[in-house]
Amino acid sequence: MDIQYVAPKTLDEAVRAFAAAAAGSGRILAGGTDLLVQMRNGVVAPGMIVDIKKIGELTAIEETGEGGFRIGAAVSGAVLREHPRLSKVWPGVVEATNLIGSTQIQGRATPGGNLCNGSPAGDSVPAMVAAGAIVIIQGPNGRRELAVEKVPKGPGRLNLEPGEIVVAFTLPPRSKGSSDAYLRMIPRTEMDIAVVGCGVSLTIDKGTCTAARVGLGAVAPTVLLVEEAAKALIGSTLDEAALAKAAAACSAACRPIDDKRGTIAYRTKVAGVLLKRTALIAAERAGGK
Amino acid sequence: MAKLHVSTTINGEPQEFLCDAEQSMLDVLRGPLGLTGSKEGCGTGDCGACTITVNGRIVCSCLMLAAEAEGQQIGTIEGMAGEELHPLQQKFLESAALQCGICTPGVLMAAKALLEQNPDPTEHEVRFWLAGNLCRCTGYDKIIRAVMDTAADMRGAAR
Repeated sequence: MDIQYVAPKTLDEAVRAFAAAAAGSGRILAGGTDLLVQMRNGVVAPGMIVDIKKIGELTAIEETGEGGFRIGAAVSGAVLREHPRLSKVWPGVVEATNLIGSTQIQGRATPGGNLCNGSPAGDSVPAMVAAGAIVIIQGPNGRRELAVEKVPKGPGRLNLEPGEIVVAFTLPPRSKGSSDAYLRMIPRTEMDIAVVGCGVSLTIDKGTCTAARVGLGAVAPTVLLVEEAAKALIGSTLDEAALAKAAAACSAACRPIDDKRGTIAYRTKVAGVLLKRTALIAAERAGGK
Repeated sequence: MAKLHVSTTINGEPQEFLCDAEQSMLDVLRGPLGLTGSKEGCGTGDCGACTITVNGRIVCSCLMLAAEAEGQQIGTIEGMAGEELHPLQQKFLESAALQCGICTPGVLMAAKALLEQNPDPTEHEVRFWLAGNLCRCTGYDKIIRAVMDTAADMRGAAR
């Protein structure tokens, strides 16, 4: 079958090309670290590949003030890491993205691709959920925004309309005393897929947690926003009782599968353990614990 | 369908080639361009034997479409030695940091990129940087030591 490759210079051209591809046959190429493997394995057979890396808006990191950032969907993990200020304000988002694959993969893999691949175990996604990232989406009917946790629908499936492209992630402004962290459990030290991933973003004011968000990965068909865990942290000094309550909320939110990487019981327990550890790292970075 | 025409730069030289949309950079390097130094190990980005640089950044050429090379600066193992071997290549020979040699071009490309941005890496940093380069012969120790020793030599030479 003939495959077409286009590398448009503008988002409008990309949307037009993507929408014009025969029903469902278009594929967006960002870093390609999932797409090329899927093409090789015959999992996908695109009729058209739309390379979005030549579009300025999709490859830029912009500071929007007061700790806010706008990260293009096709920015690679290596470029995220090298940004002079992003790691200072959003260390959890950067460390989560940097856990994906080797140095070679980091040169290509993108947070936009990680989200759109739709894996429940994508490492950058729980950190983006914790960060409260808003996803900017453009399609044939214009531009819209969606909270990042609303984008995945199930394994490999997204709440995007035909022809829609993820353009960028917006990270909100940060108040003083805020930070984030991401931890994942894998059975080896590197190069593996999360058994559980946990992102926590929080604000500490005079020793008390005044705001928190918790994202959990690899424990359900999609990455989860765990509001009950955040509620348990907010108003506390992150004392053992509050952490235990938040950990229990994380375990309660789990709807995992049994597979070679971990059993249901194991993932459920580890989700709570990771919550405690991640929250303490985020708090220490925020300067409050 | 008509082939795509790509203009790129490989190891500092302008290069043009024709490719299919789905063809990987590795296929074009090893096929029409005859640059067989980059190896295909896994074809899925796990082993690093196909490591090249794109605008100075290491990537797996098996996970890159050849069409993406348009207008980019590509570096392959064939461009590593000048009149003499690169210090890393020389050190790998002297310290027997290879056995079958299939992983070696990728390891060398990755190690060179590391030393360019970090002339004094710790062993920990070298091991993590090279975690995407699999070797089934050496057990890695000689590779890591050769990279550390080269870094020390190059720092000494630079003083």
